[in-house]
Amino acid sequence: MFSDVIRKIDWEETTERIMSMTDADVRRALGKSRCDVDDFMAMISPAAAPYLEQMAALSQKYTRERFGKTINMFIPIYITNSCSNSCVYCGFHVENKIKRIILKEDEIVREYQAIKQLGPFDNLLIVTGENPAMAGVPYLAKALDLAKPYFNNLQIEVMPLKSEEYAELRKHGMNGVICFQETYHEANYKKYHPRGQKSIFEWRVNGFDRMAQAGVHKIGMGVLIGLEDWRTDITMMAYHLRYLEKNYWRTQYSVNFPRMRPSENGGFQPNVVMSDKELAQVTFAMRIFDHDVDISYSTREPEFIRNNMAALGVTTMSAESKTDPGGYACYPQSLEQFHINDDRKTADVVAALRARGLEPVFKNWDSSFDHEEMLLAK
Amino acid sequence: MDDKLVIAGKEFSSRLFLGTGKFSSNEVMAKAIEASGTEMVTLAMKRIKLSDSSDDMLQHIAKPNIQLLPNTSGVRNAEEAVFAAKMAREAFGTNWLKLEIHPDPRYLLPDPVETLKATEQLVKDGFVVLPYCQADPVLCKRLAEAGAATVMPLAAPIGTNRGLVTLDFLQAIIEEATVPVVVDAGIGAPSDAAKAFEIGASAVLVNTAISVAANPVEMAVAFKEASVAGRRAYLAGLGAQSADFSAQASSPLTSFLND
Repeated sequence: MFSDVIRKIDWEETTERIMSMTDADVRRALGKSRCDVDDFMAMISPAAAPYLEQMAALSQKYTRERFGKTINMFIPIYITNSCSNSCVYCGFHVENKIKRIILKEDEIVREYQAIKQLGPFDNLLIVTGENPAMAGVPYLAKALDLAKPYFNNLQIEVMPLKSEEYAELRKHGMNGVICFQETYHEANYKKYHPRGQKSIFEWRVNGFDRMAQAGVHKIGMGVLIGLEDWRTDITMMAYHLRYLEKNYWRTQYSVNFPRMRPSENGGFQPNVVMSDKELAQVTFAMRIFDHDVDISYSTREPEFIRNNMAALGVTTMSAESKTDPGGYACYPQSLEQFHINDDRKTADVVAALRARGLEPVFKNWDSSFDHEEMLLAK
Repeated sequence: MDDKLVIAGKEFSSRLFLGTGKFSSNEVMAKAIEASGTEMVTLAMKRIKLSDSSDDMLQHIAKPNIQLLPNTSGVRNAEEAVFAAKMAREAFGTNWLKLEIHPDPRYLLPDPVETLKATEQLVKDGFVVLPYCQADPVLCKRLAEAGAATVMPLAAPIGTNRGLVTLDFLQAIIEEATVPVVVDAGIGAPSDAAKAFEIGASAVLVNTAISVAANPVEMAVAFKEASVAGRRAYLAGLGAQSADFSAQASSPLTSFLND
């Protein structure tokens, strides 16, 4: 399990190593065709800042080779904002006095139908808060079943589950799981996640092993930028990615580094801020470090960043996302989990990508590939 | 010159096969297909809405002179491949299949064990199977014995544009082949394609080198011409490559024979 690995990596030492990387370290990393985590640290270090243009060119080259002139499109759907956790930065915080919604079956279907009106979305990400009693595995299974007539590729972003629960959801057509570690800083993790199941660092960080062991095809990882030193946090994610790729080589991986905005939730202010240049640097570094990992930018990022980065390293994007349950059709005014910064229509995102010579790919999976699991379910 | 390629009884005038991933638009892809003169085009079933015959990508590929070659990219074992193949046969109305089983999503390298297993089953089920495989001469023999219509050994990992990295093995495969050998994956430049034909390949499959080129349509033409040139050179019989025979003034190894 990854908890055994990460506990041997000292946070402060890692930070120090990143900050003491030199020009020569950066040049060495950029000259390699296969980089290790040390090289990754060099590429995200301040010493690499003058090499942003060269990194962009390398990142573009590797992205083109592996993904071509395409961007994979997905859309999230929040089916509940009920949550027993109290993550200090999150709009769904248990003590927030907001209307809690758990979409009913007919509402979920109406949302799916509304999404299909926005564009030819085929890759659906089902998102929930953490409420296992009211919106647990059976509820998710139902949401997946209801989604099958509308979408070929079904992914979930929910609380970490047991391995057998992931296996159970695979039988309902689930192809991928996204789970953000938020931060790999174990000592401070509990500060941000003081209560509920989410407060247990080890349960969350080992969730990825459990997904892979259950045979989940695609696993999405993420660090929430704004909690701890982002360089160290993303380096830990790089270690994690390499660990997973080595141990679970049949699984495909994606990475996210969503940036928290100062205004979110009114109360919590991010501890660290990542500039646009730094976001670009870390994106390029990730691509040079791992030519094959899927790099995803959500609508949290503003239009000009998404447009420009699409050609340089990013491979997956959402569009026209609503981050509130029922936001597409049923309850257009309920509370968002976070504020989005790119509120363009799907057609406008598509047009912008096309203008940059990129084909937005909506369908890149076929539900028939999940037949084995479906057969088992019968 | 009558030099038709025959696969499963069907004749092809062009020996250049095209892949359809990674293009900047379906329009560019369609133009590249046309410019290349290809008659065999592979398409990933995962990209196509199988229940929708008006699917835009499919519309841009399916033409009367084109043999559709659906591929199973995305499946991870023989069982999934066989199931997907049946879906593809129904959706595309063809029993031709490019069998791709690459459980490793990083390098997309084919699983030899599952590929052989699936080939055996699919041949029994009436498919014309063109399996993507490692440049492994023994595996290629086994696939041909199992009834594969061709073998499609890789030149280099998919998308790398690294050229004929597996050259020595490709030569061994071609030398022993009883079915057409289609060199697939990794061909990065028209010169690579020409070289593959010069060593006796029956056909080549190109995708990334065309789709990510600055001008994909022009690059498709370049590959078409290189394929014709390479094939012609092969049929014409390349002159032996001369080792450096001339410069040897004395004969240090054999001078004793002159004594």
